[in-house]
Amino acid sequence: MKISGAELFIKALKAEGVKHLFGFPGGVVIPVFDALYAETEIKVILTRHEQGAVHAADGYARSTGKTGVCLVTSGPGATNTVTGIATANFDSVPIVCFTGQVSRSMIGNDAFQEADIVGITRPITKHNYLVLDRKDLGRILKEAFTIANSGRPGPVLVDLPKDVILEKGDDEYPAKVAIRGYNPVLKGHPNQIKRAVGELKKAKRPLFYVGGGIHIAGAVEIFRKAVKKTGVPVVHSLMGIGALPGDNPLALGMIGMHGTYVANMAVTYSDLLFGIGNRFDDRATGDLSKFAPEAKIVHIDQDPVSISRNVPVEVPIVGDAFQVLEQMLPLLEAPKIRDWLDQIAGWRKEHPLEVKIGQNTGSGHLRPDRVIQAICRVFPDAIIATEVGQNQMWTSQFFTFRHPRSLLTSGGLGTMGYGFPAAIGAQIANPDKRVIDIAGDGSIQMNIQELATAVQNRLPVIVAILNNGYLGMVRQWQELFFDRRYSSTCLMTGAECPPQCRGPGDHCPVYHPDFVKLAEAYGAVGLRVMNDADIEPALKQAEAIKDRPIFIDFLVEREFNVFPMVAPGAGNSEMMFSEEGES
Amino acid sequence: MIHVLSMLVENHQGVLSRIAGLFSGRGYNLESITAGVTTDPQITRITLVCKGDDNVFDQIKKQLNKLIDVIKVNDLSPLPSLHRELALIKVRAKPNLRGEIFQVADVFRARVLDVGIDSMVLEVTGSSDKIDNFMAVLQPYVIREVARSGLISMERGRKQSSPPPQQRKGASEKLNEDFKITIA
Repeated sequence: MKISGAELFIKALKAEGVKHLFGFPGGVVIPVFDALYAETEIKVILTRHEQGAVHAADGYARSTGKTGVCLVTSGPGATNTVTGIATANFDSVPIVCFTGQVSRSMIGNDAFQEADIVGITRPITKHNYLVLDRKDLGRILKEAFTIANSGRPGPVLVDLPKDVILEKGDDEYPAKVAIRGYNPVLKGHPNQIKRAVGELKKAKRPLFYVGGGIHIAGAVEIFRKAVKKTGVPVVHSLMGIGALPGDNPLALGMIGMHGTYVANMAVTYSDLLFGIGNRFDDRATGDLSKFAPEAKIVHIDQDPVSISRNVPVEVPIVGDAFQVLEQMLPLLEAPKIRDWLDQIAGWRKEHPLEVKIGQNTGSGHLRPDRVIQAICRVFPDAIIATEVGQNQMWTSQFFTFRHPRSLLTSGGLGTMGYGFPAAIGAQIANPDKRVIDIAGDGSIQMNIQELATAVQNRLPVIVAILNNGYLGMVRQWQELFFDRRYSSTCLMTGAECPPQCRGPGDHCPVYHPDFVKLAEAYGAVGLRVMNDADIEPALKQAEAIKDRPIFIDFLVEREFNVFPMVAPGAGNSEMMFSEEGES
Repeated sequence: MIHVLSMLVENHQGVLSRIAGLFSGRGYNLESITAGVTTDPQITRITLVCKGDDNVFDQIKKQLNKLIDVIKVNDLSPLPSLHRELALIKVRAKPNLRGEIFQVADVFRARVLDVGIDSMVLEVTGSSDKIDNFMAVLQPYVIREVARSGLISMERGRKQSSPPPQQRKGASEKLNEDFKITIA
């Protein structure tokens, strides 16, 4: 049977089990949206900006492991997806992004709303396609879905010229495709596995170091078994949060720039670092010459590129974290590490992760750690999204994550404005769970237009804004490393401010926007919390609301810093703690 | 250190751009790149010369292998292999110097492609070294223009890295086996 390209597209989505499509229409993709018009199996979520659509598809994918799908138009519609795609690419999130393109005969002519999106996204996609022949469409669609969610997942972009969308052709959507240049290695090499097991058994100061790959591979349960069997303590990267429940005695927390003291010390003094699905990112390793200097390194990763890139690896194992751990588990033996665990307990006591700031200076000066701990008490099983900056680091420190895939955060690219649309996507994928975006007042404004999407779709996403009136993380660096020269980081700055302000005071202008009024204007619920005692009641109030988003404007201490901290360029054991006056 | 990679890639639009973009985007040093179709019209062979220490080169190979359109990456540096480059050289040649230039060309087994009133175009094939040397010898006559092809290379012996045409039809499964990229 002859069908149009658009009809084949719908057929492909159905075959792939796609239930939700995040999109925004435009000229050349009208025929595709037209084909979706009467569709009951696929629900289109209309966002208010294409970036929001990609982040929403990303949150949908991260929280479930299913492929997120978006559809946008050519030109600006396509270029607006770039940040979302780069975010997903960095954190290995399976997304298929469909963009419209001008008709084939117009390509290259600077036609209206034309952009070479395949050229633009080449370095930020796992793979991308421009469909130049209607007869290739079925195969390309299948390849796109196959590539996006296999091996190390990632975004795939498919650019669909308008005339390909309209052209009638065959209706075949292949059940399988063989791609000769693409054969991810899933099983680990048996000899390497034996070596790794042997190294772990004889280690005196071993440490598991897990990253996001452990969630992606669905390896959390089997990893927990491996930890139980060996008794080896665990540190994680930002993306590895939730691999072990945060309150497990063997969970030492996050390493790196804002990691815990005990995790950073343990890495520094370990004699065997057993990496799983991590990539030794610079925010995690700090100064490489001081990173785990005494350790032999075992590294399991799906992507050979990640192995021995930043740190030399003694025992590399290319494979899927789940499959490798499955091969490994029966062989694992517990090393004798009593002394090591004692040493770790000592570090843990020396600098526990708690903010020592005692004085709550009253109205308008909440402590962000208390807000996050309260969120954790009221919503212990929620899916948490974050924006980027202080809000993200405080969340990683003070929310006790217990479940896999429960933290949605832009780890690699560090995209402000990611959290809210990602939370929307996660809420659509998980209607029975609570989804909370822990945001800063800066980053929430980067995709605030999606409030309309959340309201229209009756999504009870809670947005907890830690409002300090600053772009807090950059301000923190200015305070610590730039002599308090707060250049362009104060969101209260107004015409009446002195040109060189070095801190807040009574003279500060009124803050805009008023997030409570803004939420109300969109038809959401807006709450403001200024006192400690009101934190939990406000969260409980939000908990009762199930049919619309809730913005809670937590007015927090303005110049509050994230500690401990490894200064940029320093080694992980050289940590800074909160300053005297503040603590 | 200089490395030569001989690659088989899908003959798709944009493949060269993916490879070149990988080098520029990640700050790798690309000395030359040549591409041409193989006996299988769906497969292109690319010969690529790059510079970098062992760590960088290791990353280059892995990153190239990671590209979906790249079927096989063969590092020819440690293997006995043949390397050839072609150059067209336009040199100033007043009538009284033509004889001399002919003689030099003869020594390097270069061919004369064109003779003008006061210039000549020579074609020379060989290792990059040989072409460098040839150009050095021609320098005194004033070289007006040079076009170099970049290196093309092949491993010595009977081993074959691309399939003969008859194996292709309906044998994509088999092909996949042959081309499986093994990662050490």
